[in-house]
Amino acid sequence: MPSKLIEKYIREDHLPHIWCPGCGHGILMRDVAEAVSELDLDQEKVFLISGIGCSSRAAGYMDFNTLHTTHGRAIAFAEGVKLARPDLNVLVIAGDGDIAAIGGNHLIHAARRNIDITVVVFNNDIYGMTGGQFSPTTPTGDFATTAPYGNIDRPFDIAKLAEASGATYTARGTAYHAQLTIKLIKEGILHRGFSLIECASVCPTYYGRKNKKGGSVELMTWQKDNCVLSEKAAKMTKEELEGKLVIGKLSETDLPEYTDEYKKIIDKARGYHG
Amino acid sequence: MSKKVLMQGNEAVVEGAIAAGMRFYAGYPITPSTEIAEQSSVRLPQVGGTFIQMEDEISSMAAVIGAAVTGAKAMTATSGPGFSLKQENIGYACITEIPCVIVDVQRSGPSTGLPTSPSQGDVMQARWGTHGDHPVIAISPASVSECYFLAIRCFNLSEKYRTPVILLMDEIVGHLREGVEIPDHLDIEVVDRRLHTDKGHMPYEADEKGVPGWHLCGIGRYNITGLSHDVSGFPTNSNEVTDKLVRRLMGKIQNNADDIIEVQEEYLDDAETVVLCYGGTTRAAMSAVLEARAAGYKVGMFRPITVWPFPEKRLKEISSGKKVKRIIVAEHNFGQIVLEAERIVKNDCKIDFIGKVDGTVITPGEILEKIKEAE
Ligand SMILES: Cc1ncc(C[n+]2csc(CCOP(=O)(O)OP(=O)(O)O)c2C)c(N)n1
Ligand code: SF4
Repeated sequence: MPSKLIEKYIREDHLPHIWCPGCGHGILMRDVAEAVSELDLDQEKVFLISGIGCSSRAAGYMDFNTLHTTHGRAIAFAEGVKLARPDLNVLVIAGDGDIAAIGGNHLIHAARRNIDITVVVFNNDIYGMTGGQFSPTTPTGDFATTAPYGNIDRPFDIAKLAEASGATYTARGTAYHAQLTIKLIKEGILHRGFSLIECASVCPTYYGRKNKKGGSVELMTWQKDNCVLSEKAAKMTKEELEGKLVIGKLSETDLPEYTDEYKKIIDKARGYHG
Repeated sequence: MSKKVLMQGNEAVVEGAIAAGMRFYAGYPITPSTEIAEQSSVRLPQVGGTFIQMEDEISSMAAVIGAAVTGAKAMTATSGPGFSLKQENIGYACITEIPCVIVDVQRSGPSTGLPTSPSQGDVMQARWGTHGDHPVIAISPASVSECYFLAIRCFNLSEKYRTPVILLMDEIVGHLREGVEIPDHLDIEVVDRRLHTDKGHMPYEADEKGVPGWHLCGIGRYNITGLSHDVSGFPTNSNEVTDKLVRRLMGKIQNNADDIIEVQEEYLDDAETVVLCYGGTTRAAMSAVLEARAAGYKVGMFRPITVWPFPEKRLKEISSGKKVKRIIVAEHNFGQIVLEAERIVKNDCKIDFIGKVDGTVITPGEILEKIKEAE
């Protein structure tokens, strides 16, 4: 018997999903569903937009209005949706390649505009869909099918990138820390402005195998043992934080939201010609 | 009450688009299309619509589709380099059948080329710019007045056939200033996408024309994907379903070509020579034809207003007519539409070509010279 959550938010007739056994994306999709459920959002007013990648297939499985777009462009599509219908709850699910490589430009500009969209990144540090090439978040020295001698690129901190670009809510969760991640997604949705929740996923099929880091259990155990809550991290030294992943809320500020500001433009333009 | 207004071609596009119901514009500035963005930024908020300047043309096209998905009539405008960037998402709009309008004010290329010089080098890009087999409608105005009325037509066709429509302009027409007789808004025919009336319909269930109905956003929950999909809108790996989808997409334009295609014909009754032109080139062609006729030459003009789908049937009727001995194709490129003409006309008559790639315009004199050559 599927749980009430699955029954309500997952399109069961479109299962089985395409994800590998042990993939972290399914857990994170459930976290998104749980967050929407706990906030009791009107499902018909939720618009979920994704790009292309293993992570982005979540859009087809979730029972909202869903738009599965082109690789990297989910945020730009989402901006069109939000500007045309500011009353909708606009969510984006995308992979690390989607959001930080091909779609990096859209991420920083949407963050700069502070448009009220919530982006949930399923970050598995690899290109899953295309078979394990390195991504902009693959750690230096790790292996991938296009980094056979070790990756010499330096990785992005996506949450930090979003914050520096102007996002007014940023946070990090993981596939392992479900309760925390649900709370962060909820906060992101409630936050008025551009919010980004970077979620560490796991890709046992490519990342785990290529880097001899084991399967899903080992990768999730790593998350369990190496994450530090942001409150605690604030009191730790750089050396103490070496090799750790900081999770929890990372930043929040209150600044004018883009569609609110545009509404003022409409009032102004209409006033001049009233 | 109609009123006569002096306008620039680019400006007229915005006014026509708003008259047709445009309420969303996303774009990135590029010469010679920039006035369309500027004018949209002024006019849209006045009518309660939204303008956004995006970070590039890829995101502009994406935002336009996003807005259109919610039901808004949406447009973007660009020129060659930006048109290239939009192509992937234009294909997305084709397969997902999201109505939207893309204006391409052509300039001289390739690459940055001569940014402020006229060209018609994007005709084949308009047809085949995005990958895969896909339907296309492209319409090319020759005057400022046509910029206004054909912008309306672009929106109407995109709504009727649920497909992106390209307003294929050129620098000549975009930057031209002429008087436009703007009709009373009640006299303007505005077409809206056909709505599915009940929830029982599958979102991609098509009518006899091959066009699916539209579900209002927020009533029911639907999936839209650029993957091959069945009538439910969900992805499929089936070759059979894919075949059906692609054939329906192509068919909804091909089978309705008579409704979509518009042409302009001048003096074809007695013409032995026919000048084939489109867009900005029409202006030089028309003066050349008039001058030649005054001098006693039996010459006419054939102009596809709808460039894609190409008015194949009509051109064949003309070229296979007994009187026509020669067709002169005049266009601002190395030879794009002339290839279509050759494919259709075959051995019916001779085809001459005037093409320019130096960024200058084809003059009436050059066409006149060609007309006289044969005699
Ligand atoms: C324009 C374009 N370039 C490349 C691809 C191929 N492609 C599909 S998904 C993908 C990367 C997926 O990685 P990520 O976004 O991190 O998501 P994941 O599959 O790991 O969840 C790539 C390169 C594409 N579909 N479109
Ligand atoms: S390839 Fe990796 S990211 Fe993709 S479904 Fe499999 S485990 Fe998940």
